[in-house]
Order: sequence, then structure tokens, then C-alpha cells
Amino acid sequence: MLESLGFRHGVHPPEHKERTAALPIRRMPFPDEIVLPLRQHAGNPARPVVKVGDHVERGDKVAEADGFVSVPIHASAAGTVADIDWWPHIDGTSAMAVRLTVDPHAIQLPRPRVIPHWEGLTPAQVIQAVQDGGVVGLGGAAFPTHVKLSPPREFAVHTIIINGAECEPYLTSDHRTMAEMPGRVLAGVRIMMHVLGVKRAVVGIERNKPDAIAAMQAACPTDLDITILPLTVKYPQGAEKMLIEAVTGVEVPSGKLPVSVGVVVQNVGSAAAIAEIFETGLPLIERIVTVSGDGVRKPGNLIVPVGTKLIDLLDVCGGLAPDAAEVIIGGPMMGVAQANLDAPVTKGTTGVVVLTTASMRGETVYPCIHCGRCLDACPVFLNPSLLGDLARKQRYDAMAELHLADCMLCGSCSYVCPSNIPLSQQFAFSKAALRKRAGAGAPA
Amino acid sequence: MTAPRLVVSASPHLKAKESTPRIMWTVVLSLAPIVAAAAWFFGVSALLVITAATAGALVTERIFGPSRSLLDGSAMITGLLLGLTLPAGLPLWMAVLGGAMGIGFGKLIFGGLGQNVFNPALFGRAFLQASFPVAITTWPTPGGSFWTLKGDLFAAPFMKPALTDAITAATPLGAFKFEGKATPLADLVIGRTGGSVGETAAIVILLCGAFLAWRGLLNWRVPVAILVTVALFSGVLHLLVPKYPDPLFMLFSGGLMLGAVYMATDMVTSPVTNLGRWVFGAGVGLTTVVIRVWGGLPEGVMFAILLMNAFTPFINKATQPRVFGAERRVIA
Repeated sequence: MLESLGFRHGVHPPEHKERTAALPIRRMPFPDEIVLPLRQHAGNPARPVVKVGDHVERGDKVAEADGFVSVPIHASAAGTVADIDWWPHIDGTSAMAVRLTVDPHAIQLPRPRVIPHWEGLTPAQVIQAVQDGGVVGLGGAAFPTHVKLSPPREFAVHTIIINGAECEPYLTSDHRTMAEMPGRVLAGVRIMMHVLGVKRAVVGIERNKPDAIAAMQAACPTDLDITILPLTVKYPQGAEKMLIEAVTGVEVPSGKLPVSVGVVVQNVGSAAAIAEIFETGLPLIERIVTVSGDGVRKPGNLIVPVGTKLIDLLDVCGGLAPDAAEVIIGGPMMGVAQANLDAPVTKGTTGVVVLTTASMRGETVYPCIHCGRCLDACPVFLNPSLLGDLARKQRYDAMAELHLADCMLCGSCSYVCPSNIPLSQQFAFSKAALRKRAGAGAPA
Repeated sequence: MTAPRLVVSASPHLKAKESTPRIMWTVVLSLAPIVAAAAWFFGVSALLVITAATAGALVTERIFGPSRSLLDGSAMITGLLLGLTLPAGLPLWMAVLGGAMGIGFGKLIFGGLGQNVFNPALFGRAFLQASFPVAITTWPTPGGSFWTLKGDLFAAPFMKPALTDAITAATPLGAFKFEGKATPLADLVIGRTGGSVGETAAIVILLCGAFLAWRGLLNWRVPVAILVTVALFSGVLHLLVPKYPDPLFMLFSGGLMLGAVYMATDMVTSPVTNLGRWVFGAGVGLTTVVIRVWGGLPEGVMFAILLMNAFTPFINKATQPRVFGAERRVIA
């Protein structure tokens, strides 16, 4: 085994993965209603192609991609379109959504379809098939996968990195995917290597998932240069730039994309989703979600139809414990707390973590004592202590000069701050203020 | 299932256990062995002086500070540290005044915890040094009965202290500077010398500092930088001009240990970057030696730290970390 690799700085939050790390993936029953937001991915929201009253089969397209940086959305269950209207979204806002009443007696089989063999397709055709399959980054950001598979010509990509770090506490969906279906993940890697014409792929996995590392190593094909690389257990090891540094030793230049250093990063789940397109022909209509935390009675790793309402998903997991206090989409470090459990699981939903009052952070905020813990934590070497001072004074331009744009809101600074200052929240707010100002200043 | 009342807070939703009050109170706890050493060498007088300084600090924080700010423990640290830097026979009203000045004009006037430029304990001591130069350099000898009251502890405010127990001794630094007398190293390390009540027991202070560094509450770079700089600089001077004190004497005499371990490492008033901490420590070390060797005063740690406190904002600016993927560091 190769020596463990990592990046500098970072933090070590308690992992809490023991609850679900050993639980096999199970399929949840179809809910009574499915809500498919048109905005589930980075880029333009999809455009609906169905109208109220239409009947759709499982896997049918309900909304088409709007441009290149966009993907279509497909029905995750057979049913009838009940409504196309605003609906609560897991990012805290509302979004236009196609609401399906699931047919209770449907056999939920997709229509028969022709499944092309990817080896016979040109890279452009594979990329088109990936877009048509609605595949996005399943690690949380939900960036359309086909865009990452079509890098600009001026960049020569030499390595694909598959992100199996899964550094967020509680989450085990990628872990179980790699442990239970390594063949499918590696088939996806093979397709991506074909499309990008890349000779080398590296799967980075944190060392706390020995069974996933072993399964992936056992399934690793011998005819391709694919390395299974165990990584240091540290947050945020799964952040794109940190992962690239850990694997290649190269820092992605500030303000540049990974492709500028010849690397494309894809999530484990996305690789599996690409393989599935050419295996079953089904587009991305379901994903593996970890439901965990002290506040949920029966944690697990579930195959969840995209569009399942949180309340239905939590019901399948035994419901909320009496002392449940906060429902978080994603991991507890970067996840978004939910106000409305009618919001649906989207393609980017990695997990649902329910915290109890006891496991939540305190509320008392003390003055900054300049202890410097945040500087030692920040994975991109910012000075959160100073940036926090500037944010409280609303000096956003000074913050921009100090590389606020490089902050990825990983939350490491807030996590270590002994004074409990909500640093990453202030940075998110400052970024929004800068964006707003830039938008207001731009010509219409 | 009915939806419960949900909390909606910003991420991250987890938090490391360390908190500011916990840090402060741990530092307070770590001072206990040093207070005990002070009591061992200087008896009840030391305890009275420390208590008076602490009371001055706490009362001032309570009256003029933000509500509940006593609970964060920082005023307690200031009071204890100030008390440890005072001579055993100092009239108690001066100690109270020092604590009040340290908290009031050293800290609260800047905006309270986290806002002050100068170390509040040293600010209080500098005030006393400037106001009562004789009283604060009257050093009772260590030892004697525990219950002996040294100096004139209960002198009325603004009255000339009557030196009832007039057995005083110069500090090792004073003895060396003004009388050319060296003090045995063993006495310096253990602390059986004249001096401020809490600064003499060098070995105890080092052990307490090691504990804090192990707990992650003290940045080891600052004391290491100070001690190494003092040793190297004074070593070179001693080699060139043998009449200057040798490095070991420099390290273990006066307030250097207490200053290096507890004063210079004050998070609020020392740089926030690791590179800055090296620069800061080196600056304190150099200035200390310069004052001790060429200055008019036998001791220079206090002014060295206060001087470097003033430079801390500039050191912070000049030592910003290089951002990930950026070519150069930004000067903030």
C-alpha cells in the first residue's frame, strides 16, 4: 500500500461514521409524491417538457437541458404530473418544480430502450449521452458532469482523479458505493478515461474506509493505469483543490480551474452514474443518500428516488427522535439546515444528518482573541481572523484583495474558533454582497 | 409524522470543544504552581500582593467591563500575572491600583477582550514602575517565616512606606549590573533569589508553560524564539566582551521566563501568524538583552514585550500567509 497522502492545515472533526459505515445500501419504497425541482444542478435550470395531467413512466424526461451547462431532469417514478409550481428547495429558497403524484399500482419499470455500447461511440457522443442522462457531480455541488468531460482545447488533461475522500462527518454514501459496487465505479472511470483520452486515473479514498479501499483494489482492472490511493483522514480532504494537492502535489493556482493543471476531478457516485447509463440505460433518477445523526431513529444508506420529500425519507428511517433539533442536507460541516421538511432530495444530496440539541454548537459568541487557530485550520491559507474583522466592518473590497474568492466555505475556521465566531457564515455573506455589487454594477 | 420545531443555523453545525473561557480558565489553573512557588519563597506577603492585584483587576472589569465578562476568565489572568510581577513588600494599595490601571487603561479603554494593543498586566506594571519607582524596586529577601509580613504592605495610600522589615536584597540582575556580583545558577533555576514574587522560580514556570503548550493553549514558537534569541545574542556578547553576563544567567534571571512563557504569549497582543510569532519572539529577545546590557535598568523584559506589542499589527500585516495557489503573500 502506498503511503498516506494529504494536504496542509485542515481540521479533525469527530467522524461519526460508525453509525452507517457498515450498513448495506437498501432501497426505499416509492413515496406517494415526487417533487422534481428544475434547478438541481449548477448552471441553467431545466425547462419543463410536460404539462399538468401528463402521465410519465419512470425514467421519462420531465424537463430538458437549457444550454450546454445544464442537464435534463427525469421522472424518478411513474405517475401523473400534478403541478408545476414553486416549491421549497433544500438550499433554503424556493424553486420551480414538477410535482408528480406517484401511481400506487405501477410496476415502476422503465420503458424499453436501446442501450448503446460506449466503446462504439465517439467521445462527443458519450458526452451527449452523459448530458442526456442528467448526470451531475454527486458529491454535493451538482456541477454537470458532461461539462467536466469536455475541457477547453487549450488544456491537456493528463489525470482523472476520482473523489472518494468523503471527508464530511456522518456521510457514508460514497463509502458504501465503493465497497458494494466497485466494479460499476471503475467501469465509469474507464468510460471517462476513454472520453478524455487520459492514460492515468487515481481514486483517492480516506484511510478510514479500509473495506472500500480493499474492494476497489480487488476490482481494479489490470489493463488500465488506475491507482487506488489511500489518503490522510482530515477535513476537507475531499475539497477539489486539497484532493489534487494530495494526489499530485500541485497547487491549483488561485482563481483557476483544476483543468489548468491537467486534472479533472469526478465524484465516485458520478462515475457509477455514468456506468449505469451504459449498463441499464436509466438516466440519473435515484441516488444513494446517507441518513444519520443522533436525531434519526434508524440510520442507513438508502437508494432514494430523486425528488423524495425529506419527511418521507425520514419516515422510512424510523422518523425523528424526540430530541431532534436540526435537519441538515449534506454533511454537518458544509450542509444546509432545513426549515421545511417538504423540500425534496435532489441529485446533489449526499446525506441527511439530524442533530440533537446536545450535538449542536453553542450560541455564545466571544470576542476574537487572535489565537490563530483559524489560520492553522484554513486549507487555503487565508487569514480568517482578519477577514472576520473586515466582514464585521463590511469592508468587502479589502476582503476581496485578501483572496476571499479562494475561500470555499469549508467551515474549518468556524469549527476551531474558540470564541464561536460564525466566520464562514460571515464569509458567505460577504461573498454574496460582493456578487450583488458586481451584478448591480454590470451593464444590463 | 408531524414536523417538529427545527433549528436553522449556518454551517458548520459542529464545533471543536475548545472555547475562549475554557482556554482562559485553564491558563488560570496553570498559574497555580507559580503562585504556590511565590508563597513558598515569599510567604504570606506574596499571596497578599497577588490577591490585591487580582482584586483590583476583577473589580475594575466588573464595574467598567461588559456584562458577564468576568466569566471569560481573562481579567483573572491579568490580575494574577500582574501580582506575580510585583515585589513581595509592595504596599497593597499600589497592587490594587496596578490591577485597576491594567484592566481599565490597558484593556477596557481599547474595547475590552481581544481589542487591546498592550498586555494589560504589563501595562499595569509599567504604570506602577513609572509612578512608584522606589517601592517597586524594593526587593525583600526570600525565605524567613511564612507569616512574616515583608516591606510595608499596609501603608496608607500616598504615604511613604515605612520599611518595617527592611531586609532587602538586590535582584540577581541588579546585583550583577550595579555591584558586579553573580548569583549561583542553582538559586536562579529554583528561584531562591530576590525579585518579583512569581518570576524567580524559572523551572516551575517552564513546566507550567510546557503543560500549556501540550494542551495547545500556548504557541510554543514565541517562548522558543525569545529564549533562543536571548541565549544566542547574549552568548555572542559574552564571548566578545566577557564582562557581560553569560547566556545561562541571562536566561534564568529576572522576569524572562515569566515574560516569555506567560506575557509574550498573550494571544491578543502577539501576532496571529506563525511567522509573525517568530519575528515577535526574536524582537522581544533582542530588546531584552539590549536593555539589560546597555540600558539604565537592570531588567528589560517588560519594556521589550510592551514595545513588541506595539509592533504586533505591523508584524501581522507583513507576515500574512501565502494563499493556496497564489504566487506571493499579500501585504494586508
